[in-house]
Amino acid sequence: MNKEDSPCLQADWENLVEVHNLTKWFPVQKGFLDTFLAGEKDYVRAVDGVTFNIRRGEVFGLAGESGSGKTTIGRLAIGLEKPTEGTVCFDGTDLSWLDNEELRMLRRRMQVIFQDPMASLNPRMTLGDSISHGLKIHYPDKSSAHREIMLDIMEKVGLTPPHFYLSKFPHQISGGQRQRVVIARALITNPDLILADEPIAMADVSVRALLLDLMVRLKKELNLTYLFITHDLATAKYICDRIGILYLGKLAEVSELREVYAHPLHPYTQALLAAVPVPRPLERRTQPMPKGEIPNPINPPSGCRFHPRCPIAQDICSQEEPQLRELRSSHKVACHFAEQFL
Amino acid sequence: MSDQNDVLIQIRNLSVTYQTRMGSVSAVDDVSFDIKRGEILGLVGESGCGKSTMGKALMRMIASPGEISGGQIIFDGEDIMNYDDKKMRDFRGRRVSMIFQDPMTSLNPVQRVDEHLTEAIEVHEPKTKKESITERITTLVERLGIQRQRMTDYPHQLSGGMRQRIMIGLGLVLNAELIIADEATTSLDVIVEAKLVDQLREIQDEFGLSIFMITHNIALVAEVADRIAVMYAGRMAEIGPIQDVFDNPLHPYTQGLLRSVPSIQLDDQEELYKMPGEPPNLTHPPSACRFHPRCPVAMPICSRIQPTLEETQPMRLVNCWLYQDHPEKETPTNQVMV
Repeated sequence: MNKEDSPCLQADWENLVEVHNLTKWFPVQKGFLDTFLAGEKDYVRAVDGVTFNIRRGEVFGLAGESGSGKTTIGRLAIGLEKPTEGTVCFDGTDLSWLDNEELRMLRRRMQVIFQDPMASLNPRMTLGDSISHGLKIHYPDKSSAHREIMLDIMEKVGLTPPHFYLSKFPHQISGGQRQRVVIARALITNPDLILADEPIAMADVSVRALLLDLMVRLKKELNLTYLFITHDLATAKYICDRIGILYLGKLAEVSELREVYAHPLHPYTQALLAAVPVPRPLERRTQPMPKGEIPNPINPPSGCRFHPRCPIAQDICSQEEPQLRELRSSHKVACHFAEQFL
Repeated sequence: MSDQNDVLIQIRNLSVTYQTRMGSVSAVDDVSFDIKRGEILGLVGESGCGKSTMGKALMRMIASPGEISGGQIIFDGEDIMNYDDKKMRDFRGRRVSMIFQDPMTSLNPVQRVDEHLTEAIEVHEPKTKKESITERITTLVERLGIQRQRMTDYPHQLSGGMRQRIMIGLGLVLNAELIIADEATTSLDVIVEAKLVDQLREIQDEFGLSIFMITHNIALVAEVADRIAVMYAGRMAEIGPIQDVFDNPLHPYTQGLLRSVPSIQLDDQEELYKMPGEPPNLTHPPSACRFHPRCPVAMPICSRIQPTLEETQPMRLVNCWLYQDHPEKETPTNQVMV
């Protein structure tokens, strides 16, 4: 694509991130003979034509089951993977315009928090070194101020008193504290966007509420924007402003979180919401679940990818792919027959 | 506690201790409870509270450096702590079956589905005829909603949900009376989980077996269980009928825990309750009531003398000084403010 054609040139200032027709196909590794005989290469269509925006200062959630492509989208959105097709605009800049060095400079503004803090912290680095590492890379000239910035961030994430933690190692603190260290490390470069990929899935219920609260507070204090990736729709309710529901690499539905939960228009969203257990013994679910399981993303179903499992599918669903349509104000859904749920 | 006839298994003063370099850890400390015939009992708690150890202890599967350091496990009138190895082997599988979190590591990767089921029957009921084995497993597999032709598949060819159903099948094929499900649905996606839960409920109805469901997912327990047991730091905090405990939790830990469970319903609480602190390290547990450092209503007695699990209302057991009297208890309060 030419530079002049990039949709980023028309990017809306309100959107920190714009994702246009994002596509990522991973080639399937096969033996020599299979490749020779089959002739064609197989691809896992992890992400297949996804378009959405993340507004400045909001928490945008991406939810879906395993294999829906949510993690891949997150990695594409901050330039950790190159898309097969489509564009990611970060603050009006097309990520494909940048070479590796420029991308590295831009990473200061987008940081990541992963699910397992033990796996994302170097076991042989002290917590202080881990947290300040980003400063050394992005602000090497201001080393005199590093310590102060680090102590300040540690206070903010609740690692108090900071001196107690500085020379400790990851295995010496609890899981909840470790996730705080990871958050501090992400915030130290003063980023605009935080990609949070299942950030609290490992934490216990009693710790989870504290971490969620911390993330919401930091967002307000530091003017952050989150891309929050989760499989847990109940937790998403407490943090996300808007949410996109993914199914097999495609967006099924996207809108304000409360709007989606109150008026789900896609049959898949409806099933997903109904499947989440509710902590109320008197309101046990009675409705049946969709038949079958998520199909193989190498050969996804034709037309609407949900049609083999959909209770309201008709002939057209297996032939024509539904496009995202705005059926209620700022509420988009990709289903041919969503009108009946209005 | 309850009528002898409808109790399947009684656990009395069970303790499990692990010997570590840091000293001995009492992962399960003096726990007593019953599982009734035909009920689903949910055991919830946070990581490290001893819930999985509890499940393994019921099958006497605690591996060194851990050991069951005291107590009785009375199954159908007999104390299985007195069983020798041979009797124990027969007990496991035939009378009690266990499902773990990751079915891929529980199934043998080089054995087909039908071989797993056949082996179970051959080992425990060696006199069974070949034809009747085939018939039994075919009926069962179809009952579990798996097509007949999938029986010759290997575990890696099945989906996660199917694998977990095969694990359930391994319990059902020998007509086990109790299935212990340790985080059995945790690695599954919500829709698959919901389907498995539906199936567990149906099977429990049809075969009248008891299910001991160990999980950290409190909402899931609300969805299926008849009674709920809450563990904290190796001790039982509270046990009661599911509806009663959710309506009116007695133990301050249960109260906090239930208020910190995220709910998908939009009209439910806007903010989650933030319980102060984190679960304790069991090498150095807090004195007396192990919850007292985090308890919003702790009294002086709580750090000095340990309360016991007592029936304070019919069917409701709670391990807390708020509901028990003691000469040293200074300010008796029955009102709990959280």
